[in-house]
Amino acid sequence: MSGTARIERRRNVQLRLGVNGEDTEVSFAPYKTLLELLREDLGLTGTKHGCELGECGACAVLIDGEPQLACLKLAIECEGCSVETIEGLARGKELHPLQAAFADHGGSQCGYCTPGVIMTAKGLLDHEPEPSRERIREATAGILCRCTGYQQIVDAIEHAAAELRGERK
Amino acid sequence: MSAPQKRLEVVGRSRRRVDARAKVLGQLRFADDLVLPRMLHAKLLRSPHPHAVIESLDASRARSHPGVHLVLTGRDFPVPFGIMPVSQDEYPLAPERVRYVGDPVAAVIARDEQTAGEALELIEVKYRALPTIATPEEALAHPETRIHDYGEQGNIHRNQAYEFGDVEDALANADHVFEDLFFYEGNTHLPMEQQASLAAIDGEGKLLLSSSTQNPHYLHRQLAQVLQIPAAQIRVIACPNGGGFGGKCDPGGHEFVVCKAALLLGRPVKIGLTRQEVFYVHRGRHPVLMKLRTGVSRDGRLTAMHLQTLLDGGAYGSHGPASTFYTGVLTPVTYELPRFKFEACRVFTNKPACGPKRGHGTPQPRFGQEVQLDKIAEKLRLDPAKLRLNMVTKPGSLTASWLRVGTTGLAECIRKAVEISGWKAKHRKLPPGRGVGIACSTYMCGAGVSIYWNKMPHSGVQLLVDRSGQVTVFCGSTEIGQGSDDVLAAIVAEVLGVDTGVVRCVTGDTGLTPVDLGSYSSRVTIMMGNAAMQAAERMREQIAGSVCETLGTTPERVAFSQGRVFAAEDPGKGMSFAEAVAITEAKLGTLSTVGSYTPPKPPGKYKGGGVGPSPAYSFSACVVAVEVDEKTGWIHVPKIWIAHDIGRAINPVLARGQVIGGVYMGLGEALMEEQVFRRLPPKLSAALVHRIPSMLDYKSLTALDMPEVEVALIEDPDPNCPFGAKEVGQGPLLPVMPAVANAIYDAVGVRIDELPITPDKVLAALELKAQGKTPRIGPARFPEVPYPKPMFVLPPWEGGDGNESKMPRPLGVAAS
Repeated sequence: MSGTARIERRRNVQLRLGVNGEDTEVSFAPYKTLLELLREDLGLTGTKHGCELGECGACAVLIDGEPQLACLKLAIECEGCSVETIEGLARGKELHPLQAAFADHGGSQCGYCTPGVIMTAKGLLDHEPEPSRERIREATAGILCRCTGYQQIVDAIEHAAAELRGERK
Repeated sequence: MSAPQKRLEVVGRSRRRVDARAKVLGQLRFADDLVLPRMLHAKLLRSPHPHAVIESLDASRARSHPGVHLVLTGRDFPVPFGIMPVSQDEYPLAPERVRYVGDPVAAVIARDEQTAGEALELIEVKYRALPTIATPEEALAHPETRIHDYGEQGNIHRNQAYEFGDVEDALANADHVFEDLFFYEGNTHLPMEQQASLAAIDGEGKLLLSSSTQNPHYLHRQLAQVLQIPAAQIRVIACPNGGGFGGKCDPGGHEFVVCKAALLLGRPVKIGLTRQEVFYVHRGRHPVLMKLRTGVSRDGRLTAMHLQTLLDGGAYGSHGPASTFYTGVLTPVTYELPRFKFEACRVFTNKPACGPKRGHGTPQPRFGQEVQLDKIAEKLRLDPAKLRLNMVTKPGSLTASWLRVGTTGLAECIRKAVEISGWKAKHRKLPPGRGVGIACSTYMCGAGVSIYWNKMPHSGVQLLVDRSGQVTVFCGSTEIGQGSDDVLAAIVAEVLGVDTGVVRCVTGDTGLTPVDLGSYSSRVTIMMGNAAMQAAERMREQIAGSVCETLGTTPERVAFSQGRVFAAEDPGKGMSFAEAVAITEAKLGTLSTVGSYTPPKPPGKYKGGGVGPSPAYSFSACVVAVEVDEKTGWIHVPKIWIAHDIGRAINPVLARGQVIGGVYMGLGEALMEEQVFRRLPPKLSAALVHRIPSMLDYKSLTALDMPEVEVALIEDPDPNCPFGAKEVGQGPLLPVMPAVANAIYDAVGVRIDELPITPDKVLAALELKAQGKTPRIGPARFPEVPYPKPMFVLPPWEGGDGNESKMPRPLGVAAS
């Protein structure tokens, strides 16, 4: 491949998408994944990476309400999509119930898998407000965590679900 | 302590940890989240050969590739490094020889990662392949293929032997001698965060490295050595680690590379390792082959043990000298053991270097010892829980090897684990295919000596308070997810009677914080905590001395509680903490105190006696339930119960999280985690390659595989520890693997004496059982290891004084 072809291939493309409820227009290198777009071009480093191969689940975000791995999604596929990341979850200064529950029940130790698992949990609770512990384990099984042994993550999601249903304060 | 005793208000209560908010918001900045203007990106070229000489390296095409700013090679790094002073055997980029697949040989610094990656492919390296060493057996059999030209001999890196009392004599007189071989396969940390580093030259012209490191202090020293610039010109910031587990303790080649590049280019340079590279960097659990000969009396008490270990060290020294010691030094801490002989040998192989992983060297012999105890109980028809309970070491006692046990809650741990698991109704009583197993363990609360010899404190804390009422605490300790910042804030808050919310922690920054040796050996809570306590108590004394007059009381009667400072006898008479600080500041000037901590001198004075001593030891007892499918060998673990002697839990929700997390990692090592290698077919060079450098193939437990864990924290405060708090980060991992193996025996009557215990091994053992053969899968032989003549030390109860002494009989003469 000639040098010119390489440079051509690198020319930025334009994209419009919704990010955390805001219309966003961005110019970026076309080979980038949604993960790279979020972290490098939009400065949203809350979404983490642990492999860039779809193995660890750390980069899970919601695309049109569904948990998806941002490292397996080319950014150019996201034209017109609505993307939710960990940065968009809090309600002003107040933590989202999932965030508060993770903070209070030990769901987050090193914090590296936390954004991915919280976004996946949000995707679950948006569709199923009262999941069993087994169902929570199943829904989050794609996200590896090396710190918690998962138990306090499940505890946190259970607590958040109860609060979102209005059962706890 | 001078202050009035008060009820604890912060310590011991479950709280939201101080760094939780930033974590759940995605605000916490890990190393790879950092971005600087004009930042360049580095990528490393790694060796495809496990053992080869670099005959030539031509980087000219890479250098002229558009967008490339710099190419570094081994020539740019003449000075070697190594975390241990005795093992300076590694270069940031290999200059002339590569020793494992993944050894870095060159680095490209370019405008972006993409360009750097392209340029790597333009570097032409000519290698001359050398014979490879795949296993410790090969390393011993082929000393002529030397991986390093230093070490004890051939490919032996470390070789050592100790004998505490005449072990052969004791074994000859024992009612029973049990001899068993065990193998523990290597595995890796698999932190979710891949290592990343960003180097820059700050406004003053000094080097600033922000990195995912557990040990900024040791890294700081190594950078000064390798880059040949004064340490005072270097600042290392340990970013919060996205999990460490020991994998970020060693300095990494990539850290030197970005620093060198930033110094040469005057621009920020970042690197983020790929997951595959993280597997190559490794420094994980050593594969260890073990032989245990243990003398036992008729009534089930240990009389002596001869433990031999053989460690597969991989290609470099890493923490190897310490790792070698740890495959034995903690063995005598749990149960009374009158005599103990320990021989250990670490060899080099052409694989990624092994190093410290959670438990550092101790899970392997613990696995062997606790499985052997299960066999002993079986043979003597004793209950394995009771067998252990009857011989736990006594508080304050010395071991045969001169370790001071200190407080021990092991007996209570065993009782509790037995109680909550319903052990008595289950063990040897469940239907076929179902079983329970028990095992115990101990771990250090910090290594008694530093990695490099010195007389300075192991941890320092500085405390600043001012009229605003804010408290700022500085410490070189490193937050790797374990909650060290929270422990620091809690201890200071407790002493000063304020909420953790007013305490700001500044940690892990060699440019700002007093030295703390790092997040390893479960040392932080104890060492940083004691230093923090001293600093906070000094501050409290200054404030009490300054406000007592206003409060109409004596300094000793000034109380600090809930953000107020008041007279103990008349709580209505008081002021806010901020007002008290203002009065003190007016009297004494700007307020700052320091605290530091140095561990007590160990009782063992013999050479090598510095590894193993600790200010305190934690203890654990664990019961695991298993269900084994006899048709498929599939192992299901429905439940785990664990009791951990923590002394005191500073923040119980975090302490429980550490226990469950340790159990999780231990269960993964028991059932599936293994870092293994294979030889390519001869037509493809017969070289040794990593079998599974990816997360999909390196199996670890998911949320679906992980059982619920019931945790009991045993709290008996230890006087050497801050508020009595012992470690919890590593200990609870240790009993899990042997408890699983013992439970499988209880379920289906087969012994799997090697880890991981996979369904195919269970099936093979069941087949042996069906054929009427010994139903055991495990190592069959222990190779001839040329261990040195042991250093002989008399145990305390045989008239020893902690020094090396004369063997009571000539070596090699069997006892009568």
